Amino acid sequence: MSTAPPKLEWRGVTKRFEGKPVLRGLDLSVAAGRSLVIIGGSGQGKSVAIKIAAGLMAPDSGQILIDGQDVAAMPAKERGRLPARFGMLFQGAALFDSLPVWENVAFRLINADGVPRKTAKARALEALDRVRIERAAAGLYPNELSGGMQKRVGLARAMVANPEIIFFDEPTTGLDPITGRAINALIREQVKSLGCTAVSITHDLESARRIGDEIAMLNGGIIVWRGPAADLDHSGSSDVEEFVRGDPAPPPV
Amino acid sequence: MASVPLPLQPVQAIGRSVLGIVRTTGAVALFAGRALLAMASPPWFFGQFARQLASVGYYSLPVVGLTAAFTGAALALNIYTGGGRFNAEQIMPQIVALGITRELGPVLAALMLAGRVSAAIAAEIGAMRATEQIDALHTLSTDPFRYLIAPRLAAAIIVLPLLTLVADIIGIAGGWVVATRTLDFNATVYIRNTWDFLQSWDVVSGLIKAAVFGAIIALMGCYHGFTASGGARGVGRATTHAVVSAAILIFAADYLLTTVFTHR
Repeated sequence: MSTAPPKLEWRGVTKRFEGKPVLRGLDLSVAAGRSLVIIGGSGQGKSVAIKIAAGLMAPDSGQILIDGQDVAAMPAKERGRLPARFGMLFQGAALFDSLPVWENVAFRLINADGVPRKTAKARALEALDRVRIERAAAGLYPNELSGGMQKRVGLARAMVANPEIIFFDEPTTGLDPITGRAINALIREQVKSLGCTAVSITHDLESARRIGDEIAMLNGGIIVWRGPAADLDHSGSSDVEEFVRGDPAPPPV
Repeated sequence: MASVPLPLQPVQAIGRSVLGIVRTTGAVALFAGRALLAMASPPWFFGQFARQLASVGYYSLPVVGLTAAFTGAALALNIYTGGGRFNAEQIMPQIVALGITRELGPVLAALMLAGRVSAAIAAEIGAMRATEQIDALHTLSTDPFRYLIAPRLAAAIIVLPLLTLVADIIGIAGGWVVATRTLDFNATVYIRNTWDFLQSWDVVSGLIKAAVFGAIIALMGCYHGFTASGGARGVGRATTHAVVSAAILIFAADYLLTTVFTHR
């Protein structure tokens, strides 16, 4: 059995907003090269969990560990280099309106990695090929693209610098079922080909089954179930079963 | 939280307001410190800086020019009329020049830019906040202070003195047109009187003010945009706050700087 530490781990992470607890001691980890999907209803803290892991938000208490190393205890220089190891696909793609598609994809290469524009453009075009965006669209601006195309461009941008960990925030929300399926297949394909670790959050169960090796359910700020994606339909957890069946929560007595 | 007895509620409201003001002042000061630090040290994003020079400076020329022309013309008429009450109409060119270069040029250019530029910056950065583009910058290993804030701040500090110089020239020209076309001033004498009277400090002090106003305009736009929350409504609120706070701070800074310059 491997003794390697998890690629990413949340250890006792808590977070409150205006006094209201959102995460109440989140303990979760994902091994290198695996795809973990966090499911759960709206307002259960899924987005907060990945924003804390991606360094976009600070936890109130608890630790985030990358390769077994506590992020908060890292020297400032090393901590500053962490974003270079991550990629993220945002719920609304979060493409920069003022830049054409190819420059969105090449953004990190040009502005953070110091790659010459010509080389960065060539790499961006390759990344766009991988997510099936026609080269003719590379010069368009984000507002000229459909929602599905924006997600593909966001996926290309997240992957172009070959990150170690990729976060997917509701990758299929707002897309029609066919486009959603295409995005799921692309995520699966690209994560496998890059060999990176993936953490996704979604409330779309079809998406969770397709892109996850493992699924964890977040409810009330803690993980209430975790298991292989194939076990989702016979989890033995009443919370998961209710969520899968789509049962509304009973009214408070 | 325990409710406060009715007689003490006004005290509570005052305390809450004071705490709010102190908190915001501290937050703006920290924001300004980070922005200045980002502006003073590499990496610099020259492409962004050039874009902001055009957006803040070039595209503001028409509005600043028109404002200066009409203000110079109106000022000339008012000073001519007022000066006539004690037979001092002939010093009108000098007063117009002094008023424009020391006060109206920098203040009016800054107020026009507070409306045009501060609002645009707050709306753009606020929309980027609402659509997670600022979070995306973080995940792309790019510091938003370096990429978004520093270029806008540097551009505004450099451009506003240049716009003020243009406003000075156009404002004085506005006075000259009114004086020579409707008040029978001699064109050459008007220009000579203005030139002989003006001291370099009159112009330079106005340009120093303009640089400070430029920093205020950019910082207010960036701060309110960067801290915007609550979707489209939040962006609208940020835009209003940016314009109002920039205008108030411009007037306050104008008074402070004028006081300092007067006692130098």
